[in-house]
Amino acid sequence: MTTFNLTVNGKKQTVEVDATTPVLWVLRDHLNLVGTKFGCGMAQCGACTIHVNGSATRSCMLPVSSVGDQEITTIEGLSEAGDHPVQKAWLEHDVPQCGYCQAGQIMSAAALLKENPNPTDEQIETAMNGNICRCGTYVRIKAAVKTASQNLNA
Amino acid sequence: MTAIKTSIGRRSFLKTSALAGGGMMLSFSWLAGCKPTPDMVELPKEWFELNGYLKIGDNGLVTIMSPNPEIGQNVKTSMPMLVAEELDVDWKNVIVEQAPLNTTIFTRQLAGGSQSISQGWKSLRMAGATARRMLREAAAKAWQVPVDEITTEASMLYHKASGKSASYGEMASAAAKIEVPKEVELKNNSDFKIIGTSRNNVDGKKIVTGQPLYGLDYRKEGMLIAMIAHPPAFGMKLKSVDDTQARTMPGIKDVFTIKTYPEDYAMQWCDVDSFPELVVVVGNTTWEVMNARKALKLEWEQFTDHELTSSTFWGTTVKIKVPGGLENSAQHAKVMSDLSAKAGKVVRKDGNPEAIFKKAAKVVERSYTAPFLAHNTMEPMNFFAHVTDEKAELVGPIQTPEFMEKSVAARLNLPLEKIDIQMTRQGGGFGRRLYGHFLLEAAVISQKVKAPVKLIYTREDDMSFGVYRPAYHALYRAALDENNNLIAFHVKAGGIPESPLFANRFPAGAVENYLAESWTAESNISVGAFRAPASNFIAGAEQSFLDEVAEAAGKDPIQFRIDLLNRVVSNPVGENNDYEAKRLIGVLELVRSKSNWGQDMPDIHRGVSAYFCHDSYVAHVIDLKVDNGKPRVEKVHCAVDCGIVVNPIAAINLVEGGSVDGIGHAMYSGLTFTNGTPDQINFDKYRLIRHKEAPKAIDVHFVDSDVDPTGLGEPPFPPVIGALANALYKATGKRHYQQPYLGAGITLG
Repeated sequence: MTTFNLTVNGKKQTVEVDATTPVLWVLRDHLNLVGTKFGCGMAQCGACTIHVNGSATRSCMLPVSSVGDQEITTIEGLSEAGDHPVQKAWLEHDVPQCGYCQAGQIMSAAALLKENPNPTDEQIETAMNGNICRCGTYVRIKAAVKTASQNLNA
Repeated sequence: MTAIKTSIGRRSFLKTSALAGGGMMLSFSWLAGCKPTPDMVELPKEWFELNGYLKIGDNGLVTIMSPNPEIGQNVKTSMPMLVAEELDVDWKNVIVEQAPLNTTIFTRQLAGGSQSISQGWKSLRMAGATARRMLREAAAKAWQVPVDEITTEASMLYHKASGKSASYGEMASAAAKIEVPKEVELKNNSDFKIIGTSRNNVDGKKIVTGQPLYGLDYRKEGMLIAMIAHPPAFGMKLKSVDDTQARTMPGIKDVFTIKTYPEDYAMQWCDVDSFPELVVVVGNTTWEVMNARKALKLEWEQFTDHELTSSTFWGTTVKIKVPGGLENSAQHAKVMSDLSAKAGKVVRKDGNPEAIFKKAAKVVERSYTAPFLAHNTMEPMNFFAHVTDEKAELVGPIQTPEFMEKSVAARLNLPLEKIDIQMTRQGGGFGRRLYGHFLLEAAVISQKVKAPVKLIYTREDDMSFGVYRPAYHALYRAALDENNNLIAFHVKAGGIPESPLFANRFPAGAVENYLAESWTAESNISVGAFRAPASNFIAGAEQSFLDEVAEAAGKDPIQFRIDLLNRVVSNPVGENNDYEAKRLIGVLELVRSKSNWGQDMPDIHRGVSAYFCHDSYVAHVIDLKVDNGKPRVEKVHCAVDCGIVVNPIAAINLVEGGSVDGIGHAMYSGLTFTNGTPDQINFDKYRLIRHKEAPKAIDVHFVDSDVDPTGLGEPPFPPVIGALANALYKATGKRHYQQPYLGAGITLG
């Protein structure tokens, strides 16, 4: 067991875990932040997407020992009142069906728009291609990313 | 208006007792912790329960229980809409809660067969209408006027003649004391204010902010984490366990084996006994348990032929032969091809098909196959259980809580009333969570360790311990005369281990000489319902075949189908045709008009398909464009007749999703076996459709209908596969007969 001092959603957190523990399970089991989802455990589905220093990162294969003093943001910390432009666009388009993958989709989309506030359709597809939606809400996700982009640029 | 008899009592939906005065204190449980909408931030001081489906707060806030499991089909929004409609309540003052399992109040708490809305159509509206009637009677009594003179609108009661008015909140206490009426009237469809209007997902805000909603998110003080190890191959069982190392690992509480279904257990259809004995690791945290499980040294051995006895969904008893042996996909393909070459079991025969085939001017014959599929709900199987000597508390994602309650009672030897099953929101269902062996495993594990336990499957567990969509094969033959009329039709379909044949669906009824045969082959691989069972294969096969027949006949594929269907309308062959030809024509005509079918569209390659299942009718036209040699779905045009559409924004979403899902599985997905072991156990090898491969646009059109709602979760899935195959043919000049089409080197994007 090793002690790690993490910054999660702007808050300092101390956890004592095995150094190999993926950030996903630190968040879910130790910090009770369950918005970040377990989907595959091998960085193939994107359900566990978080931001590490603002970049979209799959947390299921990211050992807690590799985080250091980098800032972690989860879906719970994307905005204080759930009103990030991407979250608002998701609600406007009523994107979710089962909803399970959507936190990961939103985190990928938010990271994309931070880097590229005005992405083309192709850039959206490329940035989002690592996030599987088993319910097939892809068309709405793309529309919502575009709405969020317009609102960011308005 | 329709008057219907009420069948609901005042019995509380919670197992705790109601307070005096008809009021009821409500403790917001983990699952029920719904925040009021921004329009109504204050919770009421007191709630008044008018029936098990709803309660009204003294401030007018209304809580409506959503009875059925929510797997992404949006029933948690659309079912309460039915209650709210008849209650005449302002939707913005409604809080929705997931109802617990309670069969004395709610009927058919099951997610399956696309039946939730159609089966709840009357009972949910009745619940709302009953409460509205009681509110009106309470107002009539208070104001000393006839009840017929009391009107309602948006949570308000009015007596126009005297100018009196009161809110539902003000009248709720009095209404709770009114006797439940024996008969109530339901609104005319033309008076609907909520049904037919778009209402956003009631869990939307929680989903986009990552609040705990799903089974995997559930936690309870003192809860342990459990995982199972199951045999690596179908056909194998546990031989020996060496847990020496695993036991010593950090955070590990116990390692043991369980038999989910002991020999004296009476199995029912939703029980799955693929692996008779499982090894269980229990510990403090997920990562610790995962690591300890890897340290287990397990030996397996093959089991021999045996027989299981199980009750069916309909309550009859069947004996299922489970063959021994380790199965391979190559062997499956040979078995299917061999059986298809033999005579099958004749399920329907009209006229004299064999004689007609002999004298036909032209015969078209094609075979189609599709592989096993894993459901791959994004949320893997999991369940929470806390079992004590007195009771069993179970929380998690399950499509069949009513049935699983019986399984738990039988397995733990507890009476039904001691079993409490709560349904979480579910990260997808698609049929997988009809089969609740994981719930039962969790219960047995909790009983053994005497602690609250959450059982978690990894993706690999989920994909290798599946209840898969069967592998299928269909042979089609069509006979044309010298004038290119379809004079005989033959389908012979089978699967491992179930047949996909629907002998009485189109084109049965449209052809004078018709033969439908069926066959099955045994397997020890567990299978079950997968979104639109059997239709999910046979629709694509049949609609691809009809496209080739239309081409052979030199006819437009839409007109060819409509001509056949017109024959069914005017002079059907046989009596057991289980579809309405007029409604199938309706969706074909709608998609023809909306897609501007027949118009010259440069660079666009189009395919059409139409199918009936789950009492609904869906037609698709797919537009493909080829860029740099790669086809991409530019647009899906979809026409749907599912009767009255309750919640358009969600209904469109479901049709879009079903279309993407169908395209994705036909293109990319398949599970193959080597010596009983699935070759794909995670998303690195098992392909699901991704953003770049999805259609660029999907246009959904509903047939304007006054018919009571029918299914929608499943019907958009099957036909899109035919439209895709037919469009691919136009784009590439090649017909596709074997799913997934990826196998032929085709990808989208």
